[in-house]
Amino acid sequence: MPETRLRKLFNPWKSSSVNERPWEPTELRPRNRHPFRLCYLPICAAILLAVAIVGILALPAGASPQEALQDAANPDYRPFPIVGSRVAMWVVAQLHLMFAAFVLAVPMFALIIEIIGYVTKDKRYDDLAYEFTKLLSVSFSFTATLGAMLTFMLFILYPRVATYMVSIFSWTFFPYVFLFFLEALFLYSYYYGWGKFSPKVHLALGVCLNIVGTAIMFIADAWLTFMNTPNGISETGALVSLPDAINNFIWMPINIHRLIANMAFGGSIAAAYGAYKFLGAKTEEEKAHYDWMGYIGNFIAISALLPLPFAGYYLGKEIYAYSQSLGITLMGGTFSWLFIIQAILIGNLFLAANYYLWVSMERIEGAERFRRFIKYLLASVTITFIVWATPHSLVATVEEARQMGGAHHPMLGVLGVMSAKNTAVNVMILTTYISFLLYRRGNKEAIVPWAKTGNRVQFAIFAVTILFVIFLGVYGYFVEARVRIALSVPQVLAVLTAMISVTAIDIFMFKNAKKTGEIKWGQMPDRAQYALFFIALTFAWTMGLMGYVRAGMRQHWHVFGVLQDTSPDAFTPTLGFASNVISVTVLIFFLFISIVFWLSGLSGKKPWEPKAVDAVRSAESVGTERAVEAPE
Amino acid sequence: MNIVVLLAIAAGLIALRFLKPNSLAWSSATWVAVYVFLRYGVVPPVPASVLTMFMFIITLSLAVYLTTTEDRLKEVSNAFVSFFTDKKYTIPLVVALIGLPFIVAFRVYQNLTQLPDPPVVGRTIHPPPPATITFKGRQVDLVDEDNPYRELETSDPTAFAEHVSNGRLVYYQNCVKCHGDNMVGDGLFARGFNPIPANFQDPTTIAMLQESYLFWRIAKGAPGLPVESTPWSSAMPAWETFLSEEDIWDVILFMYDFTDQRPRAKEVHE
Ligand code: HEC
Ligand code: HEM
Repeated sequence: MPETRLRKLFNPWKSSSVNERPWEPTELRPRNRHPFRLCYLPICAAILLAVAIVGILALPAGASPQEALQDAANPDYRPFPIVGSRVAMWVVAQLHLMFAAFVLAVPMFALIIEIIGYVTKDKRYDDLAYEFTKLLSVSFSFTATLGAMLTFMLFILYPRVATYMVSIFSWTFFPYVFLFFLEALFLYSYYYGWGKFSPKVHLALGVCLNIVGTAIMFIADAWLTFMNTPNGISETGALVSLPDAINNFIWMPINIHRLIANMAFGGSIAAAYGAYKFLGAKTEEEKAHYDWMGYIGNFIAISALLPLPFAGYYLGKEIYAYSQSLGITLMGGTFSWLFIIQAILIGNLFLAANYYLWVSMERIEGAERFRRFIKYLLASVTITFIVWATPHSLVATVEEARQMGGAHHPMLGVLGVMSAKNTAVNVMILTTYISFLLYRRGNKEAIVPWAKTGNRVQFAIFAVTILFVIFLGVYGYFVEARVRIALSVPQVLAVLTAMISVTAIDIFMFKNAKKTGEIKWGQMPDRAQYALFFIALTFAWTMGLMGYVRAGMRQHWHVFGVLQDTSPDAFTPTLGFASNVISVTVLIFFLFISIVFWLSGLSGKKPWEPKAVDAVRSAESVGTERAVEAPE
Repeated sequence: MNIVVLLAIAAGLIALRFLKPNSLAWSSATWVAVYVFLRYGVVPPVPASVLTMFMFIITLSLAVYLTTTEDRLKEVSNAFVSFFTDKKYTIPLVVALIGLPFIVAFRVYQNLTQLPDPPVVGRTIHPPPPATITFKGRQVDLVDEDNPYRELETSDPTAFAEHVSNGRLVYYQNCVKCHGDNMVGDGLFARGFNPIPANFQDPTTIAMLQESYLFWRIAKGAPGLPVESTPWSSAMPAWETFLSEEDIWDVILFMYDFTDQRPRAKEVHE
């Protein structure tokens, strides 16, 4: 009961009467009473440099001394030169998020790959896991630096928000810093300790690293989810219950969504790394190795991509549950346009992922027999993509709207609603799964006696699942909204069951299967590698976009319904502007990550030696010196 | 859907089959067929913004189709090369080289000579509601309050029916001229407005909204829409000055009853 009551008391929708109850600094700012100001000192110490830089940049250009004094007395905001505070925070926060996602994801799959290597005793996997881990140490420093920058920018540019957040979450900073310390410890021992410990100890280090990393993310998620769906506070915004503040409505959904999305993102970046190395490879072995690396990275990305939509809908549902207003802003309001862009991006992801698998079959001897299915799989992806991207309310000219009789097209309108979209996503996921299944079978032929039956059963499972999913989708049009939303659960379960049961059958059916040919690693057309770049880029862009959605949906609130944004930036930028900021952020991210790739590649380079010409010259100079010396 | 266009497209594609075209020609034909279908085959026409998006997706997947296997890629690149170099294609080549710029020029001409249209805006139909509103001095809580007569549906069906029939009266006295006899938003005056009145039969209007949301929209009308949704110009009157609270709840009951829809229920956490 307290949650909803509180929320109600604590009206999130004061927007129409915002001026009646402005935020009261004295009420909320427990500055001097607060015992925990020391808590962020350790971070400060570590990254003073960032502050200095930011501090200098943040000085209001050309402010007179009096103004500066007045500002310094009690500012709510401080300006940032040229781009303004909002954009500066936005870019830094997003960069930090992307690096953090990468740093959290890589240990997850490095560990999984290491375990595979340990179980199968295949040295290749161990090497690959190590190669991924090599990317970590530099990215870790980048993440920390960006995080420090973010923190300081928050304190410098948004002191009021920062103070308020500290008043709520002060207690969480200690474990955060401590965990960060542990993370460094485990990360470096995992990395430098490669091959130096018994495999079991090393694996245990990897497990610890992942646990700590996840815990860090959970804490940080508490802060940011609180800003969207504040909880556990009194009517005046003061903290009542820290556990409630942490476990707010969207904390768990975001934890889950991020955990999976990070994995997908990390996989795609690792795959892009493989692609980049592949394109620059000189020898056949190198090509084969990096082809394989790209494949594994992509496999991780796609595996994580498949459950993401489900996690996303859970998140969406909780946002709605917290407040219809936020839910409507997100899905039916201003931000619904961003979801159309998101749908296009994700459709592209699925298309590119399938494309990569199909092109990959070219390098498998025996996979030719599956070529004829590609057409149908492609048709399925295309149709579901179209359905998914069909907007709910359309951008139409007056003339078009008149012809349609409203903002909803009678035919397209049918495709624009949740039922159709859920169905489309589920079918898209199944299609991608089928592509992968065919890929897996490329060079294998089942020799178990029940192979034919097995195939038929698998086919039947797919057919029944797809029919069931479509049936529920259509049925959704005839029931009320809440039932309709609930229908997505059986849809998802059906798809999951189908994938699990088909995989199970497949494993037994292809045990000791006859090999009809080799996988010719390395014989991969370059265009498949570009598809991997495309996937990584699209992922990064999706992340940037959704990060913006998450922050932007609060509109003119810092903390939704509690702390109003009274800065000059308290408006929702146009889609075009937002896209530009996201694009620039993504570019910077790729610039940084290239630096990371380059740095991690350095250790593998041959030691520096003087160039041949230099060597001769230095020998000569030595000679002349001697010659000069000689007469003496 | 326009059956004639559909049949024409199908006939064209079947005819093309007999010419045994290569993949490139076949894909181009598919592209054109989809375009013609979406542009002329769907009634009412698909808005240009959506058409562009669909064609973008189609283009992408055709590109995927043409480049997945090595063989097809070769076939396509050979087709391209021979189109530009083979003597036998001289006439089509010349036609294409002259025709393409001409088509572009024609589009430019068309765009420039079009009657001026107000700029296209991505309008949000359902802005976030406030938490409370004042209705004739009384504070109405939109978060927790629900239609007070909804429960009668099960507890006292006769009383419920009375409320619904009062709602019918309210609707036909006040709303029908805009929202129409069948509630599809095509009343007598409807054509005069932009945006046109809401279509309540559409599953994306009242069926996905809570009753308190409708109460707000009916009571406050266009003038009561929040700042977030500016610029906004809708003709929906603010009915609080004309109708009683009961009338509004009644007309809401009637709207759901008539369209056979259910209001969105409140979500519960966990
Ligand atoms: C002058 C014409 C006119 C009259 C009369 C009128 N409306 Fe409306 N109504 C509109 C317009 C225009 C809209 C806005 C449609 C939009 O925003 O797309 C609208 C919107 C609505 C909405 C919001 C629907 C949604 O999906 O958010 C409701 C509910 C509504 N009207 C109910 C009524 C009721 C009930 C009456 C009678 C008491 C009524 N209207 C009378 C023109 C009218
Ligand atoms: C195929 C479906 C989806 C994919 C691939 C996807 C992908 C992603 C990715 C990559 C991120 C960035 C994660 C991060 O920053 O750590 C993200 C964040 C987000 N997604 Fe999704 N998503 C999907 C569906 C959805 C849906 C249906 C919603 C509905 C509400 C949603 C809402 C969000 C929000 C609000 C965020 C920002 C939260 C954050 O910053 O972590 N997503 N999504």
